Amino acid sequence: MCAVRGLTKTYAAVRGRRGAPGTPEVRATDDVALDIRRGEIFGLLGPNGAGKSTLVRQLTGLMRPDRGSVEILGHDIVAHPERAARILAYLGQESSALDELTVALAAETTGRLRGLDLRRARAERDAVLDELGLAPIAGRPLKKLSGGQRRLACFAAALVGERPLLVLDEPTTGMDPVARRAVWSAVDRRRAEHGTTVLAVDRRRAEHGTTVLLVTHNVIEAETVLDRVAVLDQGRVIACDTPAGLKERVAGEVRVELVWRENAPMQVPEVAALRQRAVEAGRRWTLRLAPEEARAAVATVTGGAAFAALDDFTLATPSLEDVYLALGGAARQGLVRA
Amino acid sequence: MSAVPAGVAARPAPAAEDTGAGRAAELGPRARLWPSLAAVYRAQLSRARVARIPLLFVATFQSVGIMIMMRGVVSGGGEAEYVVSGASVVVVAYVALNLLSQYFGQLRFSGGLDHYATLPVPPAAVVLGAAAAYASFTVPGTMVTAVFGCLLFGLPLGNLWVLLAVVPLAGAALSGLGAACGLLAPRPELATLLGQLGMSAALLLGVLPPDRMPEAVRFARDLLPSTYGVEAYARTFGGSPNWAYVAGDMAVCAGVGVVSLAVATWAYRRAAVR
Ligand SMILES: Nc1ncnc2c1ncn2[C@@H]1O[C@H](COP(=O)(O)OP(=O)(O)OP(=O)(O)O)[C@@H](O)[C@H]1O
Ligand SMILES: [Mg+2]
Repeated sequence: MCAVRGLTKTYAAVRGRRGAPGTPEVRATDDVALDIRRGEIFGLLGPNGAGKSTLVRQLTGLMRPDRGSVEILGHDIVAHPERAARILAYLGQESSALDELTVALAAETTGRLRGLDLRRARAERDAVLDELGLAPIAGRPLKKLSGGQRRLACFAAALVGERPLLVLDEPTTGMDPVARRAVWSAVDRRRAEHGTTVLAVDRRRAEHGTTVLLVTHNVIEAETVLDRVAVLDQGRVIACDTPAGLKERVAGEVRVELVWRENAPMQVPEVAALRQRAVEAGRRWTLRLAPEEARAAVATVTGGAAFAALDDFTLATPSLEDVYLALGGAARQGLVRA
Repeated sequence: MSAVPAGVAARPAPAAEDTGAGRAAELGPRARLWPSLAAVYRAQLSRARVARIPLLFVATFQSVGIMIMMRGVVSGGGEAEYVVSGASVVVVAYVALNLLSQYFGQLRFSGGLDHYATLPVPPAAVVLGAAAAYASFTVPGTMVTAVFGCLLFGLPLGNLWVLLAVVPLAGAALSGLGAACGLLAPRPELATLLGQLGMSAALLLGVLPPDRMPEAVRFARDLLPSTYGVEAYARTFGGSPNWAYVAGDMAVCAGVGVVSLAVATWAYRRAAVR
C-alpha cells in the first residue's frame, strides 16, 4: 500500500553566526526503500536523530525529498503532496496547533477540516473520545492536561475522519516516567472494555483494513505492537523484518547487564577481559554473549573480589535493542526500554 | 532544499489521474472552503477567548492610557477626533498585526503548521479563519476604547456604528499583514519583532494628529493601512461627513486586506511544504 524507493533527503549545512558554531550538512534520509503492506502495523525504530521524523514527513507530503519516490495507495506523493492529506491521518511530534483548544473542539475541528460535515464530525468525535476514555476531560484545553493526556487527545484528533493509513510519530512519548506508567496501565486496564490506543488501532484494522505506520524509539512498544519493523540508523534502514525475525538474528546470544558499586574491579583478569566486549554507561556494563560465555561471566562476577564490587546483575534474552546494536547501530544509548 | 511550486498544491486534481493502470485508491473528501473556514474561525475564537483575553485588556488599557495622556496635549475638536479614532484602531492593530504575526510565527516554527498541512483544507480557510477570528476578537476592545474616548473628549457617540465597518476592514488589512509577517519571517523572533514594529508604527502614526507631523512622517503615515481606518472613523465625527471619502478610506483598507490576505495565503502554502 505504501512503497518507498531511493528516498534521500539532506538538510543543508548552516553557517555559524558570530561565534556560534554552524551545523554540518546532515543526510537525514539516505536511500531508503520500504514496502508497507495493507493492514499491518509497521514500525520505524531508531534512536534520536536517526531520521524517523524526517522520513515520515516525506511520506506525508510535508517535506519534499531530494530524490526518490513515495507511492501510497497508487498515488505519487512526491508529485502530488497535497493528496497525502486525503489518504492518511498524521499525528506529528508537535501539538502546538491544538494546544489551546479543548479536547472536544480539537477533535471536532480536525474532523471538519478532514472534510466531515458538522454532524458527522460531532458523532465521530464523541465515539472516539469515548473509545479512548477521554470523555471526562473533553471540556479541558489541551494545554492544561498532562503530557500523556495531551498526547492521547492528539491521537483522538488523528482518528476523527477515518483514513486508510495512520502515520503516528511517537504517539506515546513526551510523558515523564510516572505519566508513562499511568498511561500504559490505563491501556492495560481498559484493553478489554472501552478501547485504548492499542485496541482502537486494532479495531480499526479489523473493520477497515487501516494500515498504521508507527514511529518509536521504545523497543518494548516495538516488540509488542508491531507486525514488522524497519530499524533506522543515521538515515539508513539497517534491517526490516518482524520483531521475532529480527530477534532471530541474535537468538544465540544472552544479554548480561552488570552494575558496579563504584568502579569495576579491573584487577580481576576475567573482568578486564569482559570490558573489551562491554558497552559502558557509567557504572553499567551491557554485554551480548554466547550462553556458555554468559555462564562463565556470571560465575566470575558472583565469586571472589568481583562480587564485592558488584551492585546488581541481570541476564535476559535479547531485545530489539540488542538487534540494533548487533546491526552496528551507532547510537549506544538511543533506544528506550520502558 | 526544494519548495513545491504554489500551483501544485493549489491545483485541484481528479482523484485518480496519472497514477497508472487505474489502481490508485479513491481519495478521501476535500474540506470545502466555507465549512472549514467556519471551523477554523470557531476554533481560533475559542483559543483567543482562553488565551488572549488578558492581552485584549492590555490593548484596551494601552489605548485608554494614551487618550488620557493626550488630553493635556490636544486642543479638542478635530485633533481629539483623530486621537479617539487612532486609539480605537490601535486595539485592532495590537491584536491583528502583533498577536497574529506572533501566532503564525510560532505555529510555523514549532511545527504546528504540519497539523493543518496534513488535513485536506484549503490554505485560504486557515489564514482567513484565523484572521477573521483575531479581527472579531478586537470588537469589544475597540468599542470600549471609542466610547471612553468620546466621553473623555466630549465627542458624539452617534457615529459609533462606523466602527462596525472599520474593524473588519482594517482588521482584514492588518491581520493579513500580520499573518504574512509571521509566515514569511525567517525566524520566530523576527515575526514577533515585525508584528511589534508594525503595531508601534500604527500607534505612533495613528494617534497623533497628522497636522503636526513633518512631511516625511506624514508620508509614512499614508503608507500604513491602519491610517485609512483611522481616517474613516475620524471623518464621521463632524456634522455632515463626506461619505465618499469615508467609503474611499474603507475601500483602501479592503484593497490592502485582499492583497495582504492573498500574500498570507501564498506564504502559508509555501511554509506548509518544505
Ligand atoms: N530542520 C532541520 N534542519 C537541519 N537538520 C535537521 C532538521 N531537522 C532534523 N535535522 C537533523 O536530521 C537528523 C534526523 O532528524 P529527525 O528529526 O528525523 O530524527 P528522529 O529520528 O525523528 O529523532 P527523534 O527520535 O528525536 O524524534 C538529525 O541529525 C537532526 O539533527
Ligand atoms: Mg522525531
